[in-house]
Amino acid sequence: MSKTLFLGDEAVAQAALDAGLSGVYAYPGTPSTEITEFIQNSKQGRAGEVHSIWAGNEKTAMESAIGMSYAGKRSMVCMKHVGLNVAADPFMNSSITGANGGMVVVVADDPSMHSSQDEQDSRYYAKFALIPSFEPSNQQEAYDITYAAFDYSEKYHTPVLIRLTTRLSHSRAGVERKAERPQNPLHIEENPKQFILLPANARVHYRTLLGKQDAFEEESLNSPFNKYIDGADKKMGIIASGIAYNYLMENYEGGKCPHPVLKISQYPLPSKLIAKMVDECETVLVAEEGYPFIEEQVRGILNRTGNIIGRLSGALPRDGELNPNLVAKALGLPDTYGAPIPELVVPRPPALCVGCPHIDSYNAINAAMEKYGKGKVFADIGCYTLGALPPYNAIYTTVDMGASITMAKGAADAGLRPVLAVIGDSTFTHSGMTSLLDCIYENTSVTVMILDNSTTGMTGGQDSHALGVLGEICKGLGVKEEHIHRINPLKAHHDENVAIIEKELEYEGVSVIIPTRECIQTLSRRMKKQQAAKK
Amino acid sequence: MKIDIILAGVGGQGILSIATIVGYAAVKRGMYMKQAEVHGMSQRGGDVQSHFRLSDQEIASDLIPMGKADMIISVEPMESLRYLPWLNPETGWLITNDQPFVNIPNYPDFDKLNAELGKLKNKVVINADKIAKDLGSARSANMVILGAASPYLGIPFEEIEAAVRENFARKGEDIVNVNIACLRAGKEFAEKL
Repeated sequence: MSKTLFLGDEAVAQAALDAGLSGVYAYPGTPSTEITEFIQNSKQGRAGEVHSIWAGNEKTAMESAIGMSYAGKRSMVCMKHVGLNVAADPFMNSSITGANGGMVVVVADDPSMHSSQDEQDSRYYAKFALIPSFEPSNQQEAYDITYAAFDYSEKYHTPVLIRLTTRLSHSRAGVERKAERPQNPLHIEENPKQFILLPANARVHYRTLLGKQDAFEEESLNSPFNKYIDGADKKMGIIASGIAYNYLMENYEGGKCPHPVLKISQYPLPSKLIAKMVDECETVLVAEEGYPFIEEQVRGILNRTGNIIGRLSGALPRDGELNPNLVAKALGLPDTYGAPIPELVVPRPPALCVGCPHIDSYNAINAAMEKYGKGKVFADIGCYTLGALPPYNAIYTTVDMGASITMAKGAADAGLRPVLAVIGDSTFTHSGMTSLLDCIYENTSVTVMILDNSTTGMTGGQDSHALGVLGEICKGLGVKEEHIHRINPLKAHHDENVAIIEKELEYEGVSVIIPTRECIQTLSRRMKKQQAAKK
Repeated sequence: MKIDIILAGVGGQGILSIATIVGYAAVKRGMYMKQAEVHGMSQRGGDVQSHFRLSDQEIASDLIPMGKADMIISVEPMESLRYLPWLNPETGWLITNDQPFVNIPNYPDFDKLNAELGKLKNKVVINADKIAKDLGSARSANMVILGAASPYLGIPFEEIEAAVRENFARKGEDIVNVNIACLRAGKEFAEKL
């Protein structure tokens, strides 16, 4: 069969479609966004009426996926690693309810924080929830694992987690597809108590989940995605998980590693295979992308034997993503290097696009805040986080989706005046509305600027739930109408915009200012499409 | 046969279309391919790179080991130098546009930059912007760069040309022709060196 070039993300999406997916639920987040976008743009997805509209946030996405599984159909929920924090409540409890239709949770981690605020490792979440997880090493495995994951989920009535990392999500390679399967029929779970997590039910379900653990490990032991490859040189054995397996093999011509290798792409860890390696080899190197998840389990906190090495021992760096060179050094192989970077090469950090409406918003904010000194602007997650960099240096916090408003509230509660929160339209509907409600409930002295560029910009311009309804939402939540302003973030309106911000900063209560102008990227894409249509 | 390429540029300059075209030609020849891209925050005018690997054997890593790349293909001169640690110091080739993209206040002095490029052993430094503009399509500078790299790719030129045709086919015959012209001009420039 011929191969198709897929990003790791796209391979997951195609496999889910081929495995009979009925709905994907997601909020955009690098490096996971392309999974859902692929399904949205797929003819196969449209023909099968596969649900693929963006969710308001990862928690609502997870709950919808649980609901679709409840109704007997196969569902998938996708997010970036920090999105799983938002969805943690339904995620953890979905392991207690279990799944009816196959349910696959895909989480894309971002080691090295290319586009993220931390590099948390989602394998811990799967272990925390006591559910099986997978970590594909390449695009073909991303496809094969996703395809198989739905069967696993239905076989054990459990949600399963697939962990991707940036390099796999955003790297392209040829993938061979499997046969398309039909979607499941509508079918409600027979046990009426299954999805009612009253304590009396939940205790029973929890014991059921605990009872499945041995079977999960047995599955890992016999999994085609885990393999023990023997090698003659037993001075060292190597446990390599996920994409680290590729970095290991890159160091041996034709993949002929002289040492025993245990490739791990499915969890819980198959302890029998780990024991075999530890018993056979003098030293065991653990190469894994992310946290020392395997290494810590294998060596234990006492580290009695001292012969398990990896990120904890210092054989590999404790943080950041791996690469073939780092693994070579850990193997004791010669490192390679080209010429050094010439001194005149300077960093080129990302910046707001020319013509971006946020530039005008920040110019107005800086003018209005000048007399109050530094440290009083609380920002959020999105393109406008770049307001932290020169020439703006306009913001002082960025923590998590929605935190701008509630952190500003906490600072106001502490007595800081005036405080300004800056949040994007999509981030506001993701997690800012309840924050604003907290402010309204206490009539906190806070000015909130919702930068409305009518899209989810940073991830490439996905539809925003806030489109055209921001004013109404704020009014509905209880912001007084005279303290809600729509402004036009353009140079021509600079002075009047500054005046409005200054006036509201003096107001002891909640005010919302909404600078409204379309993202320059989505605008130019729309214009190009229009021009093409004219031709 | 194996060829490892670092594609370099600034977010929005369209380095990925080069990969798409070469990838298409390579896959058509039955070669294996892996291509790691940068999505997300860096695409907003920051430095971007793509690790692009072709081989007649299966490829393990999505990332090219340092010092092992056969080629840097860059649409921006300073960005081409950022990836020298990846380039094979003996046999590697650097092919770059010589027209700076200045979106930072501390961009280096152009003469010093050119002097730095001049020190390299195997290089093609080309004013792709001018060639593309003269041929009537300022936006096709990346095709000039691809043309300049084509003698070193190990893929017959006709197959690269066919891939360019394929890539632009839906945009009409005029667009196809101007891009082919840019590709050929880049190739001629490199061959005259």
